[in-house]
Amino acid sequence: MSALPPPIDRVAVLPQAQDDVFSPPKRGFFKRNESLILGGGTVFLLLAIWQAFWSAGKISPLFFSGPSAIAARFWDAATHGQLLSDLRYSGINFAIGFALASVAGVILGVIIGWYRRVDMLFGPLLTALYATPRVAMVPLIIIWFGIGMWSKVFIVFITAFFPVLVNTIGGIRAVDNDLLRAARAYCASDWQIFKTVAVPGSVPFILTGLRQGVALGLIGVVVGEMFGGSQGIGFMVAYGGQTFATDTLFVGVLIIAFAGILLTAAAEKLERHFSRWRPER
Amino acid sequence: MVKLAIEHLTKRYWRGSREVLALADVSLSVEDGEFMAIVGPSGCGKTTMLNIVAGLLPYEQGVVEIDNKRVAGPGADRAVVFQHSSLLPWRTIIGNIRYGMELQKRFDKHTMQERTEHFVKLVGLSGFERHYPSELSGGMQQRVNLARALAADPKVLLMDEPFAALDAQTREFMQSELLKIWSEARKTVMFITHQINEAIYLADRVVVMSARPGRVKDVFRIPFGRPRTLSLKRDPRFLEIEDTIWQLVEEKPERIGMTV
Repeated sequence: MSALPPPIDRVAVLPQAQDDVFSPPKRGFFKRNESLILGGGTVFLLLAIWQAFWSAGKISPLFFSGPSAIAARFWDAATHGQLLSDLRYSGINFAIGFALASVAGVILGVIIGWYRRVDMLFGPLLTALYATPRVAMVPLIIIWFGIGMWSKVFIVFITAFFPVLVNTIGGIRAVDNDLLRAARAYCASDWQIFKTVAVPGSVPFILTGLRQGVALGLIGVVVGEMFGGSQGIGFMVAYGGQTFATDTLFVGVLIIAFAGILLTAAAEKLERHFSRWRPER
Repeated sequence: MVKLAIEHLTKRYWRGSREVLALADVSLSVEDGEFMAIVGPSGCGKTTMLNIVAGLLPYEQGVVEIDNKRVAGPGADRAVVFQHSSLLPWRTIIGNIRYGMELQKRFDKHTMQERTEHFVKLVGLSGFERHYPSELSGGMQQRVNLARALAADPKVLLMDEPFAALDAQTREFMQSELLKIWSEARKTVMFITHQINEAIYLADRVVVMSARPGRVKDVFRIPFGRPRTLSLKRDPRFLEIEDTIWQLVEEKPERIGMTV
């Protein structure tokens, strides 16, 4: 007859609740490495399925490749072939281009962000260039620089330059008015404001620009090497494709992907290091 | 001895195509070592006046003098405690406290170091030297703001509603802390607020301003001795002064958009 809910069995409920709240959660091997195990598991499973189809002969080597074939090709290219020299070639092109792009992007970004007049002079031109897909200019760049390494360096430069530039300008512009007012009240000169407010404030922006520049610069070096020349990872991919050597092609693609992951992670680490003062998000 | 003198100060500015009279013929003077509070409704030009005294705003009509020297731009003889702490978020607490000194270049490295340590202690932030502002509460950030100003060793301390953004409890606590710190540092203070009891509790004299245009309505001498405790706020004489000032600044209802 009674519509009352059944009485709560406190004795039975409490100990469990206490267990959840007061005792430290048990962190076993699986809990501690959960994301790694789950993420790695997916990759491993996919590789296994892929390999199974490959071993069963269901995949034509003309159109696709298999994990074992790619691994074998990788080992072969690394020990007997050109892989290491290709890697060095691409790495040097990327490093020079990216270094130049970072330096030029930060310096010009600071100047354009700080001086309104300079912005008026160059702003529209840079916007036009920024909106143009840089890859479309690769044939022109090859006409200018030839098919040697400097055309690649320049392509990396031009692809990585813009994100660094645009983010730096944004960082200098984003100066907090309250901070400016405080600095002025303590008699800060323009140079002091620049040094103590504008530059440190734009560091996180600059690092974001560098991270984007890394990603785009990698695309730049690959595309540059695909278009002309006879060396580098980009060339390796293009050559693999033209000769239906899909395993070679995959080795190149995986190396590029791996380099991308590595460099982006390094850039993110740098970003975090310089953003320690920011509130936790 | 008069430290800060404002005579016939009038300030106009343009809002779009309309000319606004922010301050109309304001005259007041602050004695050396005096704590002067200025209260008034929003729009009475009290922050404009503080900005002019700080040298952050130009003025055309009237005279603003510190030690008989005309104010023309910011100077090391003044320091401002802002409403928003305006701390450099990428500098630690000690980095922020020395910032004002660093910009003014009046002290050598060693002295700056000593003064920083002294004022960290004075505002009660020992143990937080290496923290970043984002790791501190609003009240603690305002302590840093105050320490930065005091460390620069100004003759006049300008405070622009420094506790307005704090919750009521922190605010009361900071008021008594400020009095404690002020009793040691003994600076001439111009303190802007819109809270009447804050002004009475802190100040030697309270200037009451009216809005649009901002002008001085009256000046009250606060008769309470020091040190003062927070219980003073419940003293009948305190409440009487508060009530008198309250009636003086009370906004006309139509001005805040209400009709009676």
